[in-house]
Amino acid sequence: MSDATIAPDQPAPTELADGDTLLRVRNLTKYFPITKGLLARTVGHVRAVDDVTFDVIKGETLGLVGESGSGKSTTGRVMLQLDKATSGTVEFDGRELTKIGSGELRRTRPRMQMVFQDPHASLNPRMTVGSIIGEPLVEHTNMSKSDRRSRIGDLLDIVGLDAKHANRYPHEFSGGQRQRIGIARAIALNPDFVVCDEPIAALDVSIQAQVVNLLEELQDELGLTYLFISHDLSMVRHIADRVAVMYLGKIAELTDVDRLYTRPRHPYTQALHSAVPVPDPSIESARERVILTGDIPSPANPPSGCVFRTRCPIATDRCAAEVPEFRELEHGHWVACHYADTEQAQLVDELITPA
Amino acid sequence: MTAGNTVLEVDDLTTRFHTQDGVVHAVNGVGFELRAGEFLGVVGESGSGKSVTMMSLLKLIPMPPGEIVGGTAKFEDDDLLQLAPDKLRAVRGAKIGFIFQDPMTSLNPVLTVGKQLTESILLHTDATKQQARARAAGLLELVGIPDPIQRLKNYPHELSGGMRQRVMIAIALACDPKVIIADEPTTALDVTIQAQIIETVRELRERLNTAVIWITHDLGVIAGLADRVMVMYGGKVVETAPVKQLYAEPQHPYTQGLLGSLPRLDQKGQQLVNIKGQPPSLYSEPTGCSFAPRCPHAFERCLNEVPPLVEVGHEHAVACFWNTETGAPRDV
Ligand SMILES: Nc1ncnc2c1ncn2[C@@H]1O[C@H](COP(=O)(O)OP(=O)(O)OP(=O)(O)O)[C@@H](O)[C@H]1O
Ligand SMILES: Nc1ncnc2c1ncn2[C@@H]1O[C@H](COP(=O)(O)OP(=O)(O)OP(=O)(O)O)[C@@H](O)[C@H]1O
Ligand code: SF4
Ligand SMILES: [Mg+2]
Ligand SMILES: [Mg+2]
Repeated sequence: MSDATIAPDQPAPTELADGDTLLRVRNLTKYFPITKGLLARTVGHVRAVDDVTFDVIKGETLGLVGESGSGKSTTGRVMLQLDKATSGTVEFDGRELTKIGSGELRRTRPRMQMVFQDPHASLNPRMTVGSIIGEPLVEHTNMSKSDRRSRIGDLLDIVGLDAKHANRYPHEFSGGQRQRIGIARAIALNPDFVVCDEPIAALDVSIQAQVVNLLEELQDELGLTYLFISHDLSMVRHIADRVAVMYLGKIAELTDVDRLYTRPRHPYTQALHSAVPVPDPSIESARERVILTGDIPSPANPPSGCVFRTRCPIATDRCAAEVPEFRELEHGHWVACHYADTEQAQLVDELITPA
Repeated sequence: MTAGNTVLEVDDLTTRFHTQDGVVHAVNGVGFELRAGEFLGVVGESGSGKSVTMMSLLKLIPMPPGEIVGGTAKFEDDDLLQLAPDKLRAVRGAKIGFIFQDPMTSLNPVLTVGKQLTESILLHTDATKQQARARAAGLLELVGIPDPIQRLKNYPHELSGGMRQRVMIAIALACDPKVIIADEPTTALDVTIQAQIIETVRELRERLNTAVIWITHDLGVIAGLADRVMVMYGGKVVETAPVKQLYAEPQHPYTQGLLGSLPRLDQKGQQLVNIKGQPPSLYSEPTGCSFAPRCPHAFERCLNEVPPLVEVGHEHAVACFWNTETGAPRDV
């Protein structure tokens, strides 16, 4: 399968990555209608996610990075069936989710959970921490009250909070502690797969490491599979095994973390890397940079051909005319760029010149 | 770029907020110097007092509930904190420019970009209308906005976030200020857009001799821009040093923890340092080191005395009783 390619609307090959596949996402697309006027006439569509194809391997952390509005959260939500796909399929552990009935979906739900970006907004302020964490247990299990209480105590313990805190309300906790509560709720039903949607973005730098270390420990102990959504490329490098880079609803590049950070092939990935400052003055002053010009286009009106072409330093006429295939350049390294395998696509020799 | 005479000298600045829940000790005796043309980075976590410190200097905090309890801020032979309101107004915008995190809150939505720029120029200089307009276009060009003459006719909402932030920089530069204070000017922007702005600021540094105070929580951004860095914690300056020195040999346990808790784009797999515990409560006046409850080196003195900011090397000062290099208490 090393030279397999996937073009839009072509049947996808069954395996896109090595290892046991937990989720198979094929040609997933989500358009949101843009409406106008009193009658809410549809005048266009926001192409939030546009024909993305990837696998999630059992036990891995797949990082999903990209700038604001690139479709990261929507991808996560559609994978969990929290939003309905416009087209395409999501197969979870052999079962196709986009077309199954609500009863069956309900039985699958406990196995897939989400941790949200904003721990303030995602926890009901009028519920105690105990009932927030216990809610999924009530909904999806027949646990007795006392079993539930002890499970809640265990969960608080697992995420490093005091079991005595079960009777308190969210506002009595700090941001980092609230995020721990959200994590406790997400793992309450022993899920296989957790979408972490910017779980640390709202936290202070000194608290971020606490939460990331916790997520890593839980993964080791419970064998979790993560989709880790973030715009923080440095944190994704730290936590992910493989990384997908999104731009305007499309995946530009997908490969293992080492290749993505040392030998990226998509011009956007390269520019993204060189835009991220490194906390080291001697490296910063010596770095070669690719600075993109212009602004990110609107996903309601994406450029023809390659969506990145309006900002791409090596774009040609072909890029305006043809959508680049999302193709496997070398084993396990997927790129959507006509010129990914050419010299031009190497915009900087070394992304970070060590001092 | 070459740092010259001191343009701004702040000493013992103390600001509090009187709220329903009690007194918030937001800024507790902050002192620092800024030299002509110098780029000073200010870092620290949320609530550490970065914004309130800088806004206090120009009395931009709401009073009440805010109260500037004490301190001095020497700028061109005056103490900003004692200046009459009209004189302070003349300083603001003309001699000291301010750039806020969210340009939408500080740009007037019903005036064109050109109008806002020219008004600021007309208010603070004796340029004619025509000169002001020409200067406005020149400024937009300077901050990297294409088609500046066209853009003068745009309203803020017609610009992207990155362009609005460029307009804010242009307005701050309009009257050739001595000092620009930028409060997290790129935090709300996407990283490729942030990189554009930072590149522009870097170029401007070479051409203008404006001193810049750049507030951020991103130690990466500061690494590539600043000459000197000031680290704040709990409303105090806990460490200040030339940029390379600070990153290579941080002395304060908080700075050390902060740098260790950052994952790096250029490195893989290191265990992130956990700074345990929570940021300090500001409801009581600090009676010891604010970092003591989270500090791996804290000993008795840290709980009972506020550590003073003392010089430990060339332009390198630290407020900590423990010497992490020798592993023994500091002689202060
Ligand atoms: N419910 C919705 N209705 C209409 N448009 C939506 C909806 N949800 C998302 N969008 C649009 O879809 C696009 C992708 O949004 P999404 O939230 O997935 O981006 P993201 O990559 O998660 O961005 P961020 O980093 O800002 O969270 C955006 O243009 C957004 O405005
Ligand atoms: N108007 C106000 N009323 C009451 N308290 C305030 C007010 N403005 C600021 N504070 C408090 O003063 C302290 C310092 O706030 P400041 O805004 O300076 O922090 P900061 O370091 O700029 O943080 P951030 O990184 O979040 O911007 C905080 O505890 C804050 O809650
Ligand atoms: S003064 Fe004490 S508590 Fe504060 S940072 Fe230094 S060693 Fe730690
Ligand atoms: Mg999102
Ligand atoms: Mg602030």
